[in-house]
Amino acid sequence: MKRFRQHLLICGGTGCHAAGSLQVRKALEAEIKNQGLAEEVAVVETGCNGFCAMGPVMVVYPEGIFYVSLEEKDIPELVEEHLLKGRPVERLMYKEPASKEVIPDMLDIPFFAHQQLIALRNRGLLDAENIDEYIARDGYRALAKALTEMSPQDIVEEVKKSGLRGRGGGGFPTGLKWQFCQGTPGEHKYVLCNADEGDPGAFMDRSILEADPHSVLEGMTIAAKAIGANEGYIYCRAEYPLAVQRLEHAIVQAKEYGLLGKNILDTGFDFDLHVYQGAGAFVCGEETALMRSIEGKRGMPRPRPPFPAVKGLYDKPTVLNNVETWANVAPIILKGGDWYASIGTEGSKGTKVFALTGHVNNIGLVEVPMGTSLRTIIYDIGGGMPKKHRKFKAVQLGGPSGGCVPEQYLDLPCDYEEIIKAGAIMGSGGMIVMDDSTCMVDMARFFMEFVQDESCGKCTPCREGTRRMLQVLERICDGEGKAGDIELLEELAGMIKESALCGLGQTGPNPVLSTLRYFRDEYEAHIFDKKCPARTCVNLIEFRVDEDLCKKCGLCSKACPVGAITWEKKQPAVIDLDKCIKCKTCIDTCKFDAIV
Amino acid sequence: MAKIKISDLAKIKERVTEQTNLREGGAQIKVTVHMGTCGIASGARNVLKALMEELDKSGRKDIIVTTSGCVGLCSQEPIVTVERIGEEPIKYVFVDDPKMRQIFNQHALEGSVQSQWALAKGSEQ
Repeated sequence: MKRFRQHLLICGGTGCHAAGSLQVRKALEAEIKNQGLAEEVAVVETGCNGFCAMGPVMVVYPEGIFYVSLEEKDIPELVEEHLLKGRPVERLMYKEPASKEVIPDMLDIPFFAHQQLIALRNRGLLDAENIDEYIARDGYRALAKALTEMSPQDIVEEVKKSGLRGRGGGGFPTGLKWQFCQGTPGEHKYVLCNADEGDPGAFMDRSILEADPHSVLEGMTIAAKAIGANEGYIYCRAEYPLAVQRLEHAIVQAKEYGLLGKNILDTGFDFDLHVYQGAGAFVCGEETALMRSIEGKRGMPRPRPPFPAVKGLYDKPTVLNNVETWANVAPIILKGGDWYASIGTEGSKGTKVFALTGHVNNIGLVEVPMGTSLRTIIYDIGGGMPKKHRKFKAVQLGGPSGGCVPEQYLDLPCDYEEIIKAGAIMGSGGMIVMDDSTCMVDMARFFMEFVQDESCGKCTPCREGTRRMLQVLERICDGEGKAGDIELLEELAGMIKESALCGLGQTGPNPVLSTLRYFRDEYEAHIFDKKCPARTCVNLIEFRVDEDLCKKCGLCSKACPVGAITWEKKQPAVIDLDKCIKCKTCIDTCKFDAIV
Repeated sequence: MAKIKISDLAKIKERVTEQTNLREGGAQIKVTVHMGTCGIASGARNVLKALMEELDKSGRKDIIVTTSGCVGLCSQEPIVTVERIGEEPIKYVFVDDPKMRQIFNQHALEGSVQSQWALAKGSEQ
């Protein structure tokens, strides 16, 4: 095979072709021949390299010089200077696209700048399936410290000092929970991880398990040492296959290294860990139901006390914490409780991970110090609303057990106490942002439907009460609400809150109560005016064009999938109700809210 | 794999740092495809496949290709990080098959940052 000293790779993609690459190529070949280089230099036409905007483009190897926007008249100079004399022609080269300035520093981007990572400390930085990479980022050093330099009492004290509270939503002080269990006598004890994340819109735990499973394993093993447990379970929902796979992989690797199993790190301490897959019942995120489920029984809650710290899994003393809580343990042991307690607010220490979703630009996972305002999270980190003509309406916190927080509380610092004052809960960290196209009655109906569907049926208030509440809400959304419905909802909500057996029922009415607190007028508009102000509830929309608001642009007419909207230039659109299928495409399309 | 002792933790750290960090005489370039559920759902597997193909074509042995989890910005997945020795890591967003090939050939191999697709430089920690 003939060897060339230089290869010219000229792009022959459609974009470059259109920009004249064929002529450039011909000129190149002619000039190369002209200069007597045909035996030394090869011209190769390649497929599109993607940089069509700068075409015709060419790469010269072996130097790898990238020429852009070539023209026929540039060729003689290029061949003589570069190919003959070896001096690349700078003026034709691709300019570093002012890149060093244009590309911002990661920490100058608001999305990252306002975050502080503890639970997510390794995100995007290591291979989740390689234990060595976790160790390289100081993984298992906290475990080594806990096993060799600390007594079980020291571990509990350090966690108490940190002020860490349960990140699953309850917010119970973690150190205290461990202390109770430590103080309960018993030969067999268990350490459990609640990875049954089920709130709509929440994906904090999944992300931690997928990105950094060893951080959970390490936290659990440290707790096992503190309370004297030798066995543990991670209860992960089967809908998280990647998380389950990476957890199981991580456990195998940790066992091979002797970081789990018998005689961990040669210290004589034994701890074994299993993954238990839940079948996807929301109620199994409740601690007593979760333990029932692991025991192989139907996952239903039981009254407390006795608390799990006294009588938990198989009636043995048990500590159960959520994934995010576990991920915080190793840094606390390594850097000290005082360090952790220096972050956050008076009553809520450290950071909190939120799953930011809904009507917000930067959907994703954020970890911020406790006390960061909702405004910072939604506007600075989240980048605000994606649709310019839509305004912020409310943010839903805490899933089906939580509530919504309206605009006047946007400067509220996010910590356990302040969020409760505003009528929501911290919950596990789901944060659903809603703009003014969201109907709050419909939102409450959605969450009630969820709770009613997931109610295990053991206690009457939750089983029957949530069903009645859902019926009332459906009636209101269908345009058949009656005077007295709001009062009925409030009465039912009060009863369910007081008498339901577990947290699912006790908190289930919260979305209804919080929307009633801030958006009672919207309920009244549905019931008395038969109107849905956000135009979500189909039965309460007239599907009529308001001629005063219509800007006669015709966009709705073009968008209508069934041709029900007629429009002529300079005339307001008209909807033919016989053809209309009430799909609301026109409402989504119209920027002037002219369809009522 | 043998059971490790506490003193081994530091040794593993040293070995991994040696292997995965870019250095003279060793790996010069590292490309990380972020593969959480969000990344995979938006096409990270195809991106990784394209990357492996381009790596094969290049015949280079001093390039580390690795995967990692979600970096938090799920709405802009698939995300890819390219690190070259002595240069700041660059994060690319909304990467697909052709973009990955161009990023690999132009940036990873040639050092020309494809700023039109870059989100940011540097890393969080």
